[in-house]
Order: sequence, then C-alpha cells, then structure tokens
Amino acid sequence: MKFEKIVKGGLAALMAMSMAACSGSSSSAASTSAPADGTAASAAPAADAGTAPAAKGAFKLGGSGPLSGGAAVYGNAVKNAAELAVAEINAKGGIQFELNMQDDEHDAEKAVNAYNALKDWGMQVSLATVTSAPGAAVAPLYAEDQTFAITPSGSSLAVIYADSTNQSGAYGNVFQMCFTDPNQGVASADYLSTHKDLGSKVAIIYKNDDNYSTGIYEKFTAEAQAKGLEVVYSGTFAGEDNDFNVQLAKAQEAGADILFLPIYYQPASTILKQASEMGYKPTVFGVDGMDGILSMEGFDTKLAEGVYLLTPFSADATDDLTKNFVNNYKAKYGDVPNQFAADAYDAVYAIAQGLEAAGATADMSNADICKALVGQFTSMTFNGLTGADVTWNANGEVSKAPKAVVIQNGVYVGVEG
Amino acid sequence: MENMKNFFRTLFDNNHRSRTVSYLIVIIGYAVIELMLRTGNLSSMFQSLLVPVTCYIVAALGLNLNVGVSGELNLGQAGFMSLGAFTGVCLSGVLAPVISNGIIRLILAIVLGALVASLFGFLIGIPVLKLQGDYLAIVTLAFGEIIKSLVNNLFIGFDQNGMQFSFVENKLNLAPGGKALISGPMGATGTQRISTFTIGIILVLIALTIIYNIIYSRSGRAIQACRDNRIAAESVGIHVANTKMLAFVISAALAGAAGALYGLNYSTLVPAKFDFNLSILVLVYVVLGGLGNMTGTIFSTIILVLLPELLRGLRDYRMLIYAVVLIVMMILSNNEKVKELLAKARQSLPFGRTKEVEE
Repeated sequence: MKFEKIVKGGLAALMAMSMAACSGSSSSAASTSAPADGTAASAAPAADAGTAPAAKGAFKLGGSGPLSGGAAVYGNAVKNAAELAVAEINAKGGIQFELNMQDDEHDAEKAVNAYNALKDWGMQVSLATVTSAPGAAVAPLYAEDQTFAITPSGSSLAVIYADSTNQSGAYGNVFQMCFTDPNQGVASADYLSTHKDLGSKVAIIYKNDDNYSTGIYEKFTAEAQAKGLEVVYSGTFAGEDNDFNVQLAKAQEAGADILFLPIYYQPASTILKQASEMGYKPTVFGVDGMDGILSMEGFDTKLAEGVYLLTPFSADATDDLTKNFVNNYKAKYGDVPNQFAADAYDAVYAIAQGLEAAGATADMSNADICKALVGQFTSMTFNGLTGADVTWNANGEVSKAPKAVVIQNGVYVGVEG
Repeated sequence: MENMKNFFRTLFDNNHRSRTVSYLIVIIGYAVIELMLRTGNLSSMFQSLLVPVTCYIVAALGLNLNVGVSGELNLGQAGFMSLGAFTGVCLSGVLAPVISNGIIRLILAIVLGALVASLFGFLIGIPVLKLQGDYLAIVTLAFGEIIKSLVNNLFIGFDQNGMQFSFVENKLNLAPGGKALISGPMGATGTQRISTFTIGIILVLIALTIIYNIIYSRSGRAIQACRDNRIAAESVGIHVANTKMLAFVISAALAGAAGALYGLNYSTLVPAKFDFNLSILVLVYVVLGGLGNMTGTIFSTIILVLLPELLRGLRDYRMLIYAVVLIVMMILSNNEKVKELLAKARQSLPFGRTKEVEE
C-alpha cells in the first residue's frame, strides 16, 4: 500500500519533470536565437534584484501582462514586440533598455504583486499592463511612486483616471498607446453616420461581461443617437458562448443592415459563420478587437469579405516601418503580429524618443525620469506603426487617427475616412 | 487516513492546545513581519502580499469550519467573498465623504460584508441543509456562478441625491460629481485602498476565536456529531439542519468579511475575480492544511499564496512548477510514511508534544 503510493508519487513527479524538461528544451532552443533574451534572462530574479547584473547605463523597463492563462495570447504578443523593439533600440546605441515583463495572469491582485516585484527589481520606466483591469489596479501605484508608465493596450478609462465616471483625477504619469474604449465607440459611430451608404439600421452584438466590449457599446449607442443612427437591436452574450443564432435572427428580424461587433475576433468569427449559414448578409463593422481574424486558424477568410473595421494597425500595410516590423517579428516568433504587438512596439519606441529628447540618463531617479517623460509626452509628436503624428494630452489619452479598413480578397484595404 | 483523522481529532479534544498554537503562530508572525516592516527589511513584493494572505486565511478558516468541522462540501466560497467585497466597496464609497477615517470605514465595510454574506448563506441553507447528501456542494457551486453573473450585470451609482441602481444595461444618470460604485463587468474602479495588514491580522484572530469557541462549545460538539453520524445525532435530540446552519452561516460571514478586506485593498475589483477557480483554490488551502486543522489551513494558505510569487524567478516555467509542487504536496501530505515522520518530529519537539489520547 505504502509502496504503491510512493511509486505513484514518484511517477507523477517523473512525468512532471519530463514535461518541464520538454518545454525547457524547446523554449531555450527558441530563445538562444533571440538576441533580446540576454537582457530578459538577466532580469529574472526579481526578489534579489540588487545582485542582478544590469547593463551599464540601461534604463530598467518593466511591465506586466498575462503570459499564462486565457489571455496569454495578448500578453505574449506585447512581450515579444517589446523584446523586439528593445533589441533594435539597444543595437542602435544611444538609449539602452533592460526589459523585464512579469506575468499578471490578467488579474488585478497578481498585477499588483508583479508591480511590486518590478519595484524591487528597480524598474525605472514601465509598459504598465497589457490588459485593462490589472492596469486600473496598478495605475495608482505608479502615480504614488512617480514612475512613468505607458500601457500598450490597456484601453479602459480607469487605467488613466482615478475617477473614470467623471473622467477626472487623471494620474498624469500613466499614458495610453491605444485608443480608449469610448473613443473607439465614438469613432465607429462617426464613421457610420458619415457613410450612410453602408446602411442606416444598426444591430449590435456585444459581450456584456467584458469591459472592453461594454465600454465601446455604451459610448457607441449614446453617440449613435446623437448622430441620427438608428440602433434597431442590441444583443448580448457572455463568457465562452458560441451560439449566436438567436441574436442574429433577432437582428435580421429587426431589419438591421449594419451589424456592429465591438468584440474580439474569436466570437466574431463564429458570428460571421452563423450569419452566413442563415443567409443574413449585413455589413459587418468591427473595431480593433476584430484585427487578427484573417490569421485565425480554421477560419474561412471568405466569410470576412466586406467586413469593415477600425484599427490602428494592419499587418498588411505596405509602408517600410510596418513591413520591417512584420518581417522581423515573423522571423523571430513565427507568427504575424497583431495590434497588441504593434502598440507595444510603438510604446517602447515612444519611451525611447521621449528619453532621448529629454536627455535623460539611467542614473536619474524615477521621479526625475517621470517628470522629464511627462513633459516630453505631452509636447512631442510620435510617428509609429499605429499612426502618424501621434500626440498625448496631459491626462494620458492618445490622439491618433483610427484607420478604417475593409477586407477585400483576404487582405485589408484602406478606405477613406 | 484513519490515523490522521484521529490525530487531528485528538488535537481538538486536547484541551485547546491547537488553539494556543494557532494564536501564537499568528501573533509571532505578525510581530516578526511588523519588525521587518519597521526596519525596512521587507521587499515591496512581500508587503503587497500581506493583506491578500490574511484575506485568504480568513476565507479558508471559514471554509474549514464548514468542510472540515461540519463535513459539508461548499464550492461557493468565492460567491460569498464576492458579496462581501462588493458590499464593502460600495459602503466605503458611499461613506467616503462622511467619514474620512479609513480604518472606521474599513471596519464598517467588513461588518456589513459579513452580514450580507451570512444573510445569503442563511437563505441558501434553509432548504439545502435539510437534505442529506451532496446537495450543498451543488447549490453553492451554482450560487457562486449566479453571484458572478448578477454582479456582472449590476450597475450601482451614488451622487448627492442618493443611490441609483440599474440592471443589465447601464441606465445610471448620475449628477455631476456622482460616482459609479459598480459598473457591470468593469466592477468597482477607483476604490480607495484602506485595507491594512493589522486589521487583516485582527480579522484572522477574530476568525480563530469564533471558530475555536464554536468547536469547543456544546454547539461545536453537536456540529461534529452531525458530521460523524447523522442518525446518532438525531437520536440524541440534535436538530441537524439548524446545527449545520450555524457552521455554514459563520463560514459565509467569514468569507464576506475576507471579501470586504480584499476588495478594499485594491483600487479595482472585477466580478470575474470571484469565479469557480477561486472557490476551488480556497478549498485546496483547506484540504492541504488538513480538514478541521486551523493551524494547517493558515500555513497552507501562506505557502500557496506565496509560492507563485516566489517562483517569479523561473519566468516561463513558473505556473508549471507551481502545478507540480501542488501535486507533489498533495500526494506527500496524504502519504502514510510522511505522516508518521511528521508525527515523530512533532513528538520530539518539547512544545509540540500532545497528550496522546488513544482510542
């Protein structure tokens, strides 16, 4: 009996070790080819940070995101793109970075822990968090400690405002690289109201347990009313629902000729499939969460023909900056970067530009770096992957022109705003 | 297995020894940590873990009363935490303009959180605890999910005209300066962080006092009697449903108090945090620490909350190693050999020796 238990225990341990060994070997093989790995690996022991060898004169760039769990695809996209940007910037000479991305599992509690681990490590500038709720939890900590932070993709207002209801009490040193959720809703309503040829009766299907989706939905409906768009139906879903036939049938019944989907591409792909199965062909309009639908595995891209979306970034753009980024990213990580990656890449470059312009050095205190960067961010203009002539206001909100694209023959085609 | 149970039972029978040990551990732990805080020897990461650890300990202690002492499986502890957390956050938000002292608001929030959670526990308990079998597990499982969905669709705001509520769609019409306390899936944002480690420790001590006083009282004996043999308990005139209700309601109240403390420790709180996984996590703390063993629960909670943070140095392998360690700990803590070794080790310690009451 006892013997059996020991054997079982031993077996379980062995199995686990072999699993660890497998993932270890594949991962280390992948990372030896990555030049950025050196900086990332040296940043590993967060708790005994004092002993970690720091590159001389390098700014310690921290950040957290979901590197494990359900939202890991976003966290890893940001981590990869940030590594890529740091490697490129370091190779140029001048400003040097040492990157440390921590896992926050898309959880506010873990994000606060990650923040404090980074603080112990000696973080000087930060990419804040990848997702919104953790971002809202750490933003006041960044404000208290006067450490400069710019979130690549934490789009909720609560990330930059202490009182997001009234949009007041901005933290002042937490900036956003992405649009805020309400801005996307406003921009979508604006676009549809100025392009009445697409249709005039709007149906919306949104995810009501997701603050990204509800944030856009609320602002869109308010703005649509003001702009004379008729919202004939709004349906909700939650969690991992994957049957949208009821919502689609109701939208069709209501005579909607535009289907607005302020949701991520995974449920959107199911909606497109089910709509086509029931022969319902509205003009589908998405926001930046729709980006990624063309590279989704097992999705027939023909279904996405004619889908409009507002996105700051398209991997198929033909300008040199995008082409280089996409090629390098593909070469290093093996897949096509999404808008999260692009926002992260831009965020790192924006920090570098700010530091360079301010003449900041790595031996300055966090508060001094923060002050210098806030001064730069509120006055500078940035050109990146996700937009040209990007500026920030004193509250930390970004201002850049959303690009409307339509999917034709499986690629994004820009349409005139 | 039988040995282990008897061992734990004898500990309880044994003139409150385990109670003293639990108190001592909590108080000494607090003194050491306070000392490290004062001398600046505690890293920021550990400082940020202090309050959540006390929250999880309180919730796990409550669950242990329910699962370990009363023998009813409860899979909805996160639901009760959620009730306590959002009630506490709302109360603190409403009182913020009136009472500027954070500690007073925190205590009021904890009390109200506990009351609301215990009320819901009471309502659930009325029909379910009259049944025999695993019905409580099924109902609490559903309850946790229902609470999560309800809060996901709940909008509560507060302005100079009073409170406003709306459901499913955000129809709040707040006057300028008003504040949305709960906004659906976004949960509570911009919460003032008023939770302190000291209050957390006091809450742990209160939880221990309540639990031990119940265990050693007449009601506690009745609760254990109902667990061990329902028919025998009924035959000596114990009202089984009411007796189990006591343990269940106190468990819910402690979860509510823990939730309020947790909610007020972060500036943002989303309803999705209190999902089924959290219920299971708290149950794992209890099972690993030993059913009915409060000191064990405290230790297992501390270890399992700290572990993923201490493993941050392993980067990509962190969650993998965490899972492996958890499996190994579960296997080992159930292993007869290890149990014997532990028992021997305990015997050799002067203060750990227990008066053996062999059956």
